[in-house]
Amino acid sequence: MLRRTLLAAGFTVVALSGAVAQTAAPTADNRFITVSSTTSTTDSGLFKELLPRFKAKTGIEVRVVSQGTGQALDTGRRGDADVVFVHAKPQEEKFVAEGFGVKRKPVMYNDFVLIGPKSDPAGIKGSKDIAAALKAVQAKGAAFVSRGDKSGTHSAELTLWKVADVDIDKDRGGWYREIGQGMGAALNTASAMNAYVLADRATWLNFKNRGELDIVVEGDKRLFNQYGVILVNPVKHPHVKKADGQIFIDWLVSPEGQKAIADYKINGQSLFFPNATQPGA
Amino acid sequence: MDSGNAFVAALQLIAGFDPDFLRVVALSLRVTVTAVLIAALIGLPLGALLALSRFPGRALVIVLFNALMGLPPVVAGLIVFLLLSRSGPFGPFGLLFSPTAMIIVQAVLVLPIIIALTRQTVEDLWREYHDHLTSIDLVGLRAIPTLLWDGRFALATALLAGFGRASAEVGAVLIVGGNIAGYTRTMTTTIALETSKGDLPLALGLGIVLITLTILINAAAYGTSRIGIRYAG
Repeated sequence: MLRRTLLAAGFTVVALSGAVAQTAAPTADNRFITVSSTTSTTDSGLFKELLPRFKAKTGIEVRVVSQGTGQALDTGRRGDADVVFVHAKPQEEKFVAEGFGVKRKPVMYNDFVLIGPKSDPAGIKGSKDIAAALKAVQAKGAAFVSRGDKSGTHSAELTLWKVADVDIDKDRGGWYREIGQGMGAALNTASAMNAYVLADRATWLNFKNRGELDIVVEGDKRLFNQYGVILVNPVKHPHVKKADGQIFIDWLVSPEGQKAIADYKINGQSLFFPNATQPGA
Repeated sequence: MDSGNAFVAALQLIAGFDPDFLRVVALSLRVTVTAVLIAALIGLPLGALLALSRFPGRALVIVLFNALMGLPPVVAGLIVFLLLSRSGPFGPFGLLFSPTAMIIVQAVLVLPIIIALTRQTVEDLWREYHDHLTSIDLVGLRAIPTLLWDGRFALATALLAGFGRASAEVGAVLIVGGNIAGYTRTMTTTIALETSKGDLPLALGLGIVLITLTILINAAAYGTSRIGIRYAG
């Protein structure tokens, strides 16, 4: 009796694991590439618009891992992605110079905006001078949330502090709050404590938990935010899917891909502006 | 503020049969069930073996597995990530950012729970039935299947504890799975993503669905064990 029930139990376990293994089997068409990209391209909904079009045309599935730019480039360095699609030109050029990437191609741009509470304790709302605005935030000691995660937005923020002539390592105080998290988390944090925060416009437009937050500074040309795409170097990482990765890159910078980017709008507002053909972008 | 919206969002998710959402739920269940099964296949015999065997350093091993029940998921995630990365020892298999990677990391998290609780259960049973089992000549390793069977209801609880730990986890699967839409996006990573997008009602709605599923699974397990006890007892 005991032996029989034991046998039955054993059978059940084997059958169950078999059933699970079967559902776990990968599907037959397995043509895919892995792209490490920034949180902004995913959080803004851009990929949801682009990738189905690309797949319909080429049959290639694009698997996007969204991370901050620094982490996304590291993912490429380790060979865990075929293509990186990020927004920090100096870091991208370094990536290529080190031999981890084949060639950087500009794809599109949007801009950063300084977000702040409607009460505007630093008194900068409506300004078009990001340097003066940041200087005022620091002078008033108004709460400011920093990504602090080596992302593209974080490195842009650090550059802007320099432009504003603020030595953020020295001049930081309790008002400067480095959270080490993604754009969404930074906006949530700023919303919770009515702080200023630098954000890319696309993520901001798609962000729902705004509370008292609004755009306070925009339109300064120093808030320009360029995106680039790079194929991970197959010489460093032989398993990189260079043919399919290149097809994706070529599509992004092709008239068709560029149009798809321009077509993506929220409430009639474009989120990204294609500029693959602009020299020096 | 948003709790009303969250319930609406939860109901819409369930009633709408949104295929994307159903895929997320299916993937979450598939990953966690597979991980718990693998951990059970390894952990149940190993835990029983640990209960019945005597060797130098046994106390240390027991303490180690007990401690590993509290292994921080993010640490487990990081270790598995480094092992599976293309630049790591198992890189050539290309497992990073796949459901398999998530199954591995969840199995790692669940295994110590199953080993530790099985060891305790079997040890208690062995103490209780030692004379009886010896009298029918079931000694040593041959006693393991009998002891596991006798302790099946306690062990089912151990499996549920493991299931709970795995299904509730977000940090480790985020690191090794990459939260890729339609491929490695689970319920918990979706909740994290929607929170970061500031869509708190949707995030909370997903949370409600996850909790409801967990309750249903536990209820099913409890019901099964009640029926089992009635017929076995």
